[in-house]
Amino acid sequence: MNDAATGTAGHSPAAPSVEPILDVSGVTLQYKTKEHLITATYRVDFQVFESDRFVLLGPSGCGKSTLLKGVAGYMRPVEGTMKLKGRVITEPGPDRVMVFQEFDQLLPWKTVKQNITFALMNGGKCTSKQEANDVAMEYISKVKLERFEDTYPHMLSGGMKQRVAIARGMAMEPDILLMDEPFAALDALTRRQMQEELLQLWDDTKFTVLFVTHSIEEAVIIGSRILILSPHPGQVKAELNAHQMGHGDVGDKDFSQLQEKIHAMIFADRVLEDETLPNV
Amino acid sequence: MSENAVETYVRPEFENKNLGKALDVDVERPLSLFERIANINAVRKFSILLGLLFAWEAYTQISGVEPLLFPSFSASSIALWETILSGEMFTKIWVTIEILLVGYAAGLACAAIFLIWAVLTRVGSDVLATLTSMFQPLPAISLLPLAMLWFGLGASSLVFVTIHSVLWAVALSTHVGFMGVSETLRMVGRNYGLRGIPYIFKILVPAGFASILIGLKVGWAFAWRTLIGAELVFGALSGSGGLGWMVYEKGENLETTYVFAALFMVIVIGLLVENVIFRNIELKTINKWGMQR
Repeated sequence: MNDAATGTAGHSPAAPSVEPILDVSGVTLQYKTKEHLITATYRVDFQVFESDRFVLLGPSGCGKSTLLKGVAGYMRPVEGTMKLKGRVITEPGPDRVMVFQEFDQLLPWKTVKQNITFALMNGGKCTSKQEANDVAMEYISKVKLERFEDTYPHMLSGGMKQRVAIARGMAMEPDILLMDEPFAALDALTRRQMQEELLQLWDDTKFTVLFVTHSIEEAVIIGSRILILSPHPGQVKAELNAHQMGHGDVGDKDFSQLQEKIHAMIFADRVLEDETLPNV
Repeated sequence: MSENAVETYVRPEFENKNLGKALDVDVERPLSLFERIANINAVRKFSILLGLLFAWEAYTQISGVEPLLFPSFSASSIALWETILSGEMFTKIWVTIEILLVGYAAGLACAAIFLIWAVLTRVGSDVLATLTSMFQPLPAISLLPLAMLWFGLGASSLVFVTIHSVLWAVALSTHVGFMGVSETLRMVGRNYGLRGIPYIFKILVPAGFASILIGLKVGWAFAWRTLIGAELVFGALSGSGGLGWMVYEKGENLETTYVFAALFMVIVIGLLVENVIFRNIELKTINKWGMQR
């Protein structure tokens, strides 16, 4: 077994299967702007196992969102490979569903329910309308939006839109759910509530999720395992366990210690880096 | 502490425990009848129309202008009524509308083919951009002499210029609409396995529909005015005339009231299409989806 992480511990002790769901090895990702070729991540390795709540954490510019886009298949790595259940990722597909940060990810011309059935029918999950409807309703009730099934997205609040997006992603029952700072654009109270709900949903179905955030607190609450990336270009700095911590532990001694440890790791290079790091 | 006390004025906390219901204001009050009537779109627009017709009638009555040059509204309405009763008006309208619908549909089909090509390949996109900038400023009617050489003096020449007037307007604004579709929606579509033509029709078309609808409206207006213009100039040559031909013919015979009746009909059809057909499409799509207020 290759211990990909350059950081601390080995695999999550709770990992129920030995084969990783997602195996990222030596991945370098580059993208072009009008004037520059930017190396977003450099030779990143990590492995995600079944039912992991795997968090990619780092300051802006560490390539965490780019990494997620790579896993989603929107970008091809310049070197290295990304394998989902042993198959190399080459293009986007419904086996990895992405939940975006932007509220405009719901199709504005479809109702809440239609947004989910659209995904189910086109993603090949369901073949009959009836079946898709049933699955959609099941997940709509999971995110407690039964009263809004026939509502168009523009009439929903930000939090509700994200719930629909999460329901749409979960309804597809993908091998891995990819979440790109899904709560970043929400107000603090709603964010807190959404984090709790996500953890409840996870308790229900134990889905595997790859979660990108720049909030240390969110990483510790949501994550069972946290990958810390350093910026410019993104490289693996550490992999930490956080499976024992959730919302109830915010402010506890262990929670604060872990938070401070991560904080210290992220800001260790600060003197060498420019001052554009966000205040986390 | 005492230094702080000087800088911050600490006030006592309070809570209004006896907050009663505010009974002396209407929390909800129905709008007055006038306000509700004024809120109906059709009522407002019709009053504007009525005002204009009234001004027309009043002008001709008061100024005593020569009726042969500028007939009154009442005289024109009588002429309109006659042509409607005799069935002449509807025959003319149908001749024009039939050519228009064929041209419009064919124009949309051509635009769709160009657009699919443009979305799927970069060459297609470049070709479309170049052709649009070449032909969009060219008045469709200026192609009529050529069209008549190629297709003869019948309806096919008129269809050809109508296609030309629809195609570029629709292609241009649809292309702009596609360009404006957010990256997130595109990624969502691809995430659920859409590509090629299903991707265009299930993601790009509805997402860019606000722009597409503008194209459809502008295309309709271009087609309508090109066709009426074409009939006006060359209508005498085609076998059976439409509305434009009627304007021309009656003008030649100095039957000015009939000219006004025909022009009135041209305007009314334009208004109906804009305010009934397109308005309803708008309400059922982009308004319902929250893309337009």
